Amino acid sequence: MEEIPILKVGRCLLVSIQIDMHDRLAMALQDDLTRRLVETRARGVLIDISALDLVDSFIGRMLSNIAAMARVLDAHTVVVGMRPQVAITLVELGLTLTGIQTALDVDRGLALINRLIDAEGEDGAGGAQ
Amino acid sequence: MVASHTSRLPALVDKHARKLLAAWLERQIDSGSLRSGQIKEDELKEQSQRFLGAFVGALKADQNDDISAANWGPARELLGDVSRSRAVQGFTPSETATFVFSLKEPLFTLLRDEVNGSAQQLGEEIWTVTKLIDKLGLYTTEIYQQSRDDIIRRQAHELLELSTPVVELWDKIVALPLIGTLDSERTQTVMENLLNHIVKSGAEIAIIDITGVPTVDTLVAQHLIKTVSAARLMGADCIISGIRPQIAQTIVHLGLQLDVVSKATMADAFALALKRTGQGVVRNAAKPT
Repeated sequence: MEEIPILKVGRCLLVSIQIDMHDRLAMALQDDLTRRLVETRARGVLIDISALDLVDSFIGRMLSNIAAMARVLDAHTVVVGMRPQVAITLVELGLTLTGIQTALDVDRGLALINRLIDAEGEDGAGGAQ
Repeated sequence: MVASHTSRLPALVDKHARKLLAAWLERQIDSGSLRSGQIKEDELKEQSQRFLGAFVGALKADQNDDISAANWGPARELLGDVSRSRAVQGFTPSETATFVFSLKEPLFTLLRDEVNGSAQQLGEEIWTVTKLIDKLGLYTTEIYQQSRDDIIRRQAHELLELSTPVVELWDKIVALPLIGTLDSERTQTVMENLLNHIVKSGAEIAIIDITGVPTVDTLVAQHLIKTVSAARLMGADCIISGIRPQIAQTIVHLGLQLDVVSKATMADAFALALKRTGQGVVRNAAKPT
């Protein structure tokens, strides 16, 4: 069965989605990711969707779900690498993925997550974004 | 239509072509075709001559009055060229149609002088000519209208391309100065331009300047929000600048929620963008004199 690899990079987990998502795969990804988050005590999740040229409401909801789950486990989620056409389609569909942070590429995504984690460290308390 | 009655027209027109041309030209000049100075007399004469030739040719080939038929091809083509060139030169529709309609009177005169038969025959000949000229005139107007539409479409397209530049202001900062009304089509182009530019330049902040947008209503606001949301999905933040006092009032009166940082001037927006990206501009201590 196909699987989406989850890599640990510094304090983050990097998920690169490169195949078409379907229900079972999404469930498996959520399972894997939450398990790995607990195991590694990572503080951020980076989801790279630069290989996707189609993001529909299903994937949109999945991303929101993952972000919410990660939030419960005290990790920030950043979606990176969205293509312009995908962004336009999502906006036309009225899906603006509120509550999800975005960045242009993996580099910037990592920088953003590190900033968010550091900012939290200063505050002392976590708290929702 | 009875063919035997109408058969004299081609022969008559052919025979008196020179006289007809002179009379026609006179009518055209009288009606003011040259007044606007957009066309020379020689050119008018040449156009008229060529059209009359094609007219006679079509009449001789067949007696039908269906100008979409093959024998009217050359005449149609010629008329099309004339209409198109006049549309481009800025003639009014009536001036353009006058080109064909002013042929009516010389033709009637010719028929009156030459058809010595019964009033019925004359009447039928005139009716044939009227139908033909009317159809040709309508065709001229149609082509004229088409050419004008083409011109308008091309101009709109050019305007679209001209008015959506994305300017790279600084490292990681781009600006999008919007000029003119935002409609759906333009928003689409603007959005695509901006997003592609963000990918290309790796910009983190986009300043959308609406100084040149005359009015902001609910629709324009919606389009702005769409653009901002799309940029945000790509990981770039937007700042809206250039909000004039009037527009600030309109936005509040309409109860619009822009949900985005807005600044009065581009300079303020740029300062904020620099601060957010951790950059700065400093004044040199020693001011050059």
